[in-house]
Amino acid sequence: MFYREAGQYKTTYSADQAVFPILQDRIGIFVILLLAFVVVPMTVSGFVLSSVLIPIMVFALAAIGLNLLTGYTGLLSLGTGGFMGVGAYACYKLTTFFPDVNIIVLILASGLFSAAIGALFGLPSLRIKGFYLAVATLAAQFFLSWCFVRVPWLYNYNVSSAIEVPTRTAFGVHVTGPNATPVTRYLVVLSIVVLLTWIASNLVRGRIGRMWMAVRDMDIAAELIGIKLYQTKLIAFAISSYFCGVAGAMMIFLWFGSAEADSFSITQSFLVLFMVIIGGLGSLLGSFFGAIFILGLPIMLRTLPELFGLTIRAATVEHLQFMITGALIIVFLVIEPHGLARLWQIGKQKLRVWPFPY
Amino acid sequence: MDLLYKIFADPFIQMGHAPDLLLQTLWEGLVGGMLYALIALGFVLIFKASGVFNFAQGIMVVFAALTLVGLHAKGVPAFLALGLTIGVMFVLAVAVERLVLRPLVNQPDIILFMATFGLTYFLIGLGELVFGGDPKVMIASELYLPKGAIDWKVFGGFVSFQKIDIAAAVIASVMVATLAVFFQKTRIGRALRAVADSHKAALSVGISLNQIWVVVWFTAGIVALATGIMWGARSNVSFALEIIALKALPVLILGGFTSIPGAIVGGLIIGIGEKIGEFYWGPLFGSGIESWLAYMIALVFLLFRPQGLFGERIIERI
Amino acid sequence: MRLKYLAIGAAVAAMTGGSVIAANAQAQEIYVPLATYRTGPFAGSGIHIANGMHDYLDMLNARDGGIGGVKLNIEECETGYDTKKGLECYEQVKAKKPVIFNPWSTGITLGVIPKASVDKIPILSMAYGLSASAVGNDFPWIFNPPATYWDGLSMIFRYIGGKEGGLDKLKGKTIGFIFLDAGYGREPIPLLDQLAKDYGFTVKQYPVPGAEMQNQSAQWLNVRRDKPDYMIMWGWGAMNPTAVKEAAKISYPMDHFISVWWGGSEDDALPAGADAKGYLALNFSAVGPNFPAIKDIQKLVVDAGKSQTAKDKVGTSHYNKGVYNSVLIAEAIRNAQKITGKKVVDGADVRRGLETLNITAARWKELGLPEFGSPLTGVSCTDHNGHQSAYMQQWDGAKWVKVSDWIAPMKDKVRPLLEAAAKDYVSKDAAWPKRTEPCDKSS
Repeated sequence: MFYREAGQYKTTYSADQAVFPILQDRIGIFVILLLAFVVVPMTVSGFVLSSVLIPIMVFALAAIGLNLLTGYTGLLSLGTGGFMGVGAYACYKLTTFFPDVNIIVLILASGLFSAAIGALFGLPSLRIKGFYLAVATLAAQFFLSWCFVRVPWLYNYNVSSAIEVPTRTAFGVHVTGPNATPVTRYLVVLSIVVLLTWIASNLVRGRIGRMWMAVRDMDIAAELIGIKLYQTKLIAFAISSYFCGVAGAMMIFLWFGSAEADSFSITQSFLVLFMVIIGGLGSLLGSFFGAIFILGLPIMLRTLPELFGLTIRAATVEHLQFMITGALIIVFLVIEPHGLARLWQIGKQKLRVWPFPY
Repeated sequence: MDLLYKIFADPFIQMGHAPDLLLQTLWEGLVGGMLYALIALGFVLIFKASGVFNFAQGIMVVFAALTLVGLHAKGVPAFLALGLTIGVMFVLAVAVERLVLRPLVNQPDIILFMATFGLTYFLIGLGELVFGGDPKVMIASELYLPKGAIDWKVFGGFVSFQKIDIAAAVIASVMVATLAVFFQKTRIGRALRAVADSHKAALSVGISLNQIWVVVWFTAGIVALATGIMWGARSNVSFALEIIALKALPVLILGGFTSIPGAIVGGLIIGIGEKIGEFYWGPLFGSGIESWLAYMIALVFLLFRPQGLFGERIIERI
Repeated sequence: MRLKYLAIGAAVAAMTGGSVIAANAQAQEIYVPLATYRTGPFAGSGIHIANGMHDYLDMLNARDGGIGGVKLNIEECETGYDTKKGLECYEQVKAKKPVIFNPWSTGITLGVIPKASVDKIPILSMAYGLSASAVGNDFPWIFNPPATYWDGLSMIFRYIGGKEGGLDKLKGKTIGFIFLDAGYGREPIPLLDQLAKDYGFTVKQYPVPGAEMQNQSAQWLNVRRDKPDYMIMWGWGAMNPTAVKEAAKISYPMDHFISVWWGGSEDDALPAGADAKGYLALNFSAVGPNFPAIKDIQKLVVDAGKSQTAKDKVGTSHYNKGVYNSVLIAEAIRNAQKITGKKVVDGADVRRGLETLNITAARWKELGLPEFGSPLTGVSCTDHNGHQSAYMQQWDGAKWVKVSDWIAPMKDKVRPLLEAAAKDYVSKDAAWPKRTEPCDKSS
């Protein structure tokens, strides 16, 4: 009823191959973008912008990166935190060397370094599969974390072994540093995320994406139909790491404002993996859902007791929040193992036929 | 040239100069490796029987030790607390089987893997809520675990064996031996091996999968408790221990996910390898390389044997 | 069906959740948020500090009705020692106009330092955080009294010098430095290297990676090989008790093993028990409950059941550091009230209050905490630290015993390093704001 594509005919190939072939989707995405770019910055408070929306965007991008690798190519990686760190440190070094270059360009460029490192650590993936590969990527995670502490050049020999984000402007507006308003930072993050998501959505629909999925579904069969396994897997590692690297650079430059090696610990890798699995493997939209679920849930749980006028101690809330998050993860997996993206699809199907049962 | 000398000659000269230190390093590595192996054993048991990569094994170690110490702090005598903790681990095993494994049966591996993450979160919250997040001293003397050290004078130096480490080594060996007998000789053990070979075939000859799952999770819980007691006695019981459990992962890829001897040999290789590496080669890199050395060792092994040392050969068919 | 409820539930929760965040603090209170961590791998250290901070302020509310007649609105925000959550806490409390923010983690401190001057919230990082922030001209909003890590290290060397009969006796000796391999642990290294040059000793570094905190046998094997004459430790959380145990295991002479103040908790030495006898730690606040103010806490807060503190934990080493932190907060607010004449002060006022912080021995006594800390003087517009003395405490197998008088830091060596570090920090950011805040006379 609400979501019916009947009667929408395509007369050209390009119309048929559009990112959003259905009119309702086009309206929907337009409304969402309008909301995100215009309404949200005007209405939402600084706290929500800088502690809810920016984190969600940053992690959604990292989740998209991991999803390209895990969801589309079927290679499980636990090194996401490390690759995000490479992006952040690369961006820091770049802005030290080229302080006058537009910081947004540098953020996008820093992903290239992380892509290179990602490809390097992707080398074992030809021989190793499944959980074995996951553990092998842990080597990357721990080695990179170690480098972030041990290579003082990376943080410009700072005494506190941390990187401090300098103030940078783009187009005359403060983008990083303390004087950048949450709205500016939010808009920059949002623009980058939208741009990269659009690129990702075209990637996975194109030749590379199809190669990835063929490898995921059965790598030997893929090899037999002429897909070069090694190349495909390495490309997946590189592109995935590019996304993660950009996310890491954004995390430090547009959100934290400073970073220690600890910011890119193994917990970060797990967090992104949660998002990918809860959101739905092999779904870009799911990456957003996952980020909203994993980051939004704790914040919501923390505000809930206040809502009912209960005063629960901060620590108890934290403990309960851990328990509830854990329980909800299991509950969600039981209800819908294919993630929130699948729930969304079911929802769309329901809307299509409503008010009839089928 | 100097660097080559430092990498290839110097460490060995040092080994020759102070053989007592070499022995001590080997011993520390051995004990560390035993404990890694115990954690890895928990992983392997569960992976074999249910195909679940149980990430929660680490937190189960903390949770078991915490329950034991926490119960004792609440006034329960030590051995009763031990018994109760074993009871708690059984309840946990049943709960996991009922609430997590059964509804998720036949789902892809990664989903089950994710579910154990949920379990990890839940146990962290529960443990901190009930017993508090502050580190606790393991009730070693109440459990009649030995204290002190034996110094063995040798090569003009000495090698010090902590009695608690000796106890850890003995208990770990006994545990492994018991498990081996359990798997080889008892009915449940045979059923377990059948399940490991093929779920469907095992089901068709009347083995209850659910029962087996409870048994393996319970066994893994007891292994976790033993690890927790030993590691807790070596330092203390805190949530930071969970991170140590990650060390079992390189052990696993080294030994193979499905092999119990693999877990033990892998544990020893990783334990000794990382201690020797850190002690003799660490200073070259400014020390502290232990955090990733184990993974690198495992990675090198993997390049030659992708299924681990003792893992089942992966045969792929179209 | 199930799906629909799920969707409605989520929508309702999202909307209500949003409205709560916007809630404002009431005007007739002073809002003091406390960033604490009672969870996570470092909770062992964090719980006692959180209790101490919270209980002292609660006691002020119960005994004096707050400060200057204005009630304090105390709220804890759980950080789990995690930078991400800490920054979230900061943003969350920012909306309620806090008068001060205590990050209680080096990572969080670094994250909020640039924001403080923009948001007009003074940051109190008591003896942790960025050492360079002691330079008030460059960091008008950041305070780190009573001493920086570099002061701490210099005090440890003063103590060693006293034992050896002069620092020049250190020539040719070896000093081992075992530290948590993170920003916090690495901070003293520049001064350590300089002292090594000045006094002619060699330094051996033993970094402990965060993931290996409870697995230090390799580091201590190295110690056994290198046989350093003294061991200095910069550890935190589960690293400390493990290190003490390992030191006892290799029979390192415990009275040559010295920790900075964060390793001076009962929990750090207790797991090793009698084996740790002789272990030394620097401390800047007294240990024990035998102070009138702490008795008040026991009576009005702990016994009244308003606290999360176990009765026997009141007066422990880290608990008292929490109390010390809250004394600084309270004194800063009091000063601010005095300077401005306002009852309900805001962040900018409290910044002035912090800058005029002056707790003499007589004032400590007035506060009901005689000899609790060394007189905190010397905090000024240029010096946001004070470089106060600390004392050495020794573990006697069951409790901490004070074994030295107040040891003054080597200010002449520390201050130039601080200035250089501050200059370095500021020079990296061309747009770093110049100090515009006027300077008050000390009260």
